[in-house]
Amino acid sequence: MTVESTAGTATAAVPELVQLLTPEGERVEHPRFSLETTPEELRSIYRDLVLVRRFDGEATSLQRQGELGLWASLLGQEAAQVGSGRAQRPGDWAFPTYREHGVAWCKGVDPLNLLGMFRGVNHGGWDPYEKNFQLYTIVIGSQTLHATGYAMGITKDGTDDAVVAYFGDGASSQGDVNEAFTFASVYNAPVVFFCQNNQWAISEPTERQTRVPLYQRAAGFGFPGVRVDGNDVLACLAVTRWALERARAGEGPTLIEAFTYRMGAHTTSDDPTRYRIANELEEWKLKDPIERVKAYLVREGWADQEFFDAVDAESEQLARRVREGVRNMPDPDPSAIFENVYAEGHALVDEEREEYVAYAASFDGSEEVGEGR
Amino acid sequence: MAAEKYSMVKALNEALRRSLEADPKTLVMGEDVGRLGGVFRVTDGLHKDFGDARIIDTPLAESGIMGTAIGLALRGYRPVVEIQFDGFVYPAFDQIVTQLAKMHARALGHVKLPITVRIPFGGGIGAVEHHSESHETYFAHTAGLKVVSPSNPVDAHWMLRQAIASDDPVIFLEPKRRYWDKGVVDPLGEAALPLHAARVARAGKDLTLVAYGPMVKVCLEAAEAAAEDGHQIEVVDLRSLSPVDFDTLEASVKRTGRAVIVHEAPVFLGMGAELAARITERCFYSLEAPVLRVGGYFAPYPPSRVEETYLPDLDRVLDAVDRALAF
Ligand SMILES: Cc1ncc(C[n+]2csc(CCOP(=O)(O)OP(=O)(O)O)c2C)c(N)n1
Ligand SMILES: [Mg+2]
Repeated sequence: MTVESTAGTATAAVPELVQLLTPEGERVEHPRFSLETTPEELRSIYRDLVLVRRFDGEATSLQRQGELGLWASLLGQEAAQVGSGRAQRPGDWAFPTYREHGVAWCKGVDPLNLLGMFRGVNHGGWDPYEKNFQLYTIVIGSQTLHATGYAMGITKDGTDDAVVAYFGDGASSQGDVNEAFTFASVYNAPVVFFCQNNQWAISEPTERQTRVPLYQRAAGFGFPGVRVDGNDVLACLAVTRWALERARAGEGPTLIEAFTYRMGAHTTSDDPTRYRIANELEEWKLKDPIERVKAYLVREGWADQEFFDAVDAESEQLARRVREGVRNMPDPDPSAIFENVYAEGHALVDEEREEYVAYAASFDGSEEVGEGR
Repeated sequence: MAAEKYSMVKALNEALRRSLEADPKTLVMGEDVGRLGGVFRVTDGLHKDFGDARIIDTPLAESGIMGTAIGLALRGYRPVVEIQFDGFVYPAFDQIVTQLAKMHARALGHVKLPITVRIPFGGGIGAVEHHSESHETYFAHTAGLKVVSPSNPVDAHWMLRQAIASDDPVIFLEPKRRYWDKGVVDPLGEAALPLHAARVARAGKDLTLVAYGPMVKVCLEAAEAAAEDGHQIEVVDLRSLSPVDFDTLEASVKRTGRAVIVHEAPVFLGMGAELAARITERCFYSLEAPVLRVGGYFAPYPPSRVEETYLPDLDRVLDAVDRALAF
């Protein structure tokens, strides 16, 4: 596929939103982006979407049951995450926000790993080198710079790996994100900026962050930007693959704006009825990312009821495993507070650890502390 | 309207409302402060009553919020900035330290920046990373900034009104774990104390507990518990961290001869370090024991399931009280 590196500005011939699968499940062609898929691959994509949604739903329930302190649901964003996640090769790195559960799934990260920080037993804690999936980053936008620096390292090493930096519409306002664009552009870094525009940054609509479509921002930084139907997993897959190929070929960064919708609350602490109207939700329900894949599979005769039932059964199994895994997740030993503060240790940390251990032991009756206590 | 029982959130909300009514130049700006009313609802209802022009939902960019607040102040406005959580102030830190704190001096006094920066701070609410930090020392260490932290709804109300009325930049640290504590506030009354005065929250003769913000409550409880053991503990609520009301502190420690300082922030180079040094300098001949400190550890704020270990609690405060009394 040949595509010129324009800023992706809409012309009469090229629609603004890249779509390969309509909400009704109809496969359509796009003049710039094509995709070949086998029925087997499509079934596998469908499975990913369903499992990721089921996992996410289970986590929301676990929060309601008090097993998690908080959950940031990806409901509605499954296609953006599964499409862009599946586009990556194992050697590629993903730099997520706190909502990229679907990307983690595609990278092969055990979903239970994601839940520790939401339960409050750690701050993430997984080894990012294991699946090339960086720790979740809560501070908005920070990770886009890390992704860019990592990509600069790839260039120095001369390999053809690439990086995907995830962020939201709200994050697009942060200085860090704009600095990441600048660095990536100047160093022609092999990084794909994948912005999930889910229309909301907590209570603020995207108009509060920008007066132009976000993908058009790329032009000013000197690299292409593309807006893709974020609820169309095939379009997200095709466009991310294309952007990753550009990166590998030394053509530098790309901005992808996945146009999607946050179907749930910002997090389980949020009450969206305070700031958005139900109508909006109803409209986006019609563009569900999973229903259209199912409709496509059925229309083409590539999947039967037995297949769908099997995926549902598997998703229930996953939910059970997650439920049990979370309930059995042990609280850390309090003295873990003093672990991993430094790579090479620190005298003050050691001293305070000892103080703490002695103090804690005083409650076991093994040592008397103070008078009259 | 007479005195009413307010939560700290409501007390702050009412303070913002009164300040907005009193001075048309007063603005509220921050992330989600508009229709949502802020993630803690401190700005609830203000957008409806004062509109877009004065209750400003900003783009998601703390440096931008702080920098534009400075510009608005230069133009004669009086911005009250909300930073959503303690851990998210750092993108604005450059603007706060290099500009907000220093512009008045740079301009030889020709410029005033009457900006209030409200930050919910401290732990104890079971939150994820970056939502529980106590970074008061960074700000208190910066000349040009004033730093205060109320411990109860009444102080929250009056101190916020005083901070907004102040012509100096004020970092206003709200103890988020006390947001839902209740107190009787009369918005038509007047402030009992100037903004930067400390307050003896409980009188005693054996030892002075010094705290501010979230830890005042813990210290009052500790004093109560110690009373059962026959110890009369005085509690000084510092209220202002820069400037510190050292006179009130000195008078108290000279009475009691012992001091224990309590804060959530790490002990190492925390407010307690400065307070202990000053108390030692001013009260040396009255001291019966070294000034002790109870605080967070020198480690990142831990995951919520073990935060109770990190945070000073009744037991740790009483342990220090006992050690000081044992001298
Ligand atoms: C620097 C910083 N400021 C504020 C916050 C609080 N906060 C968490 S998520 C969020 C909105 C993010 O919106 P967006 O980038 O669109 O991502 P989304 O949550 O919609 O996926 C805000 C303001 C934060 N985490 N970090
Ligand atoms: Mg968003």
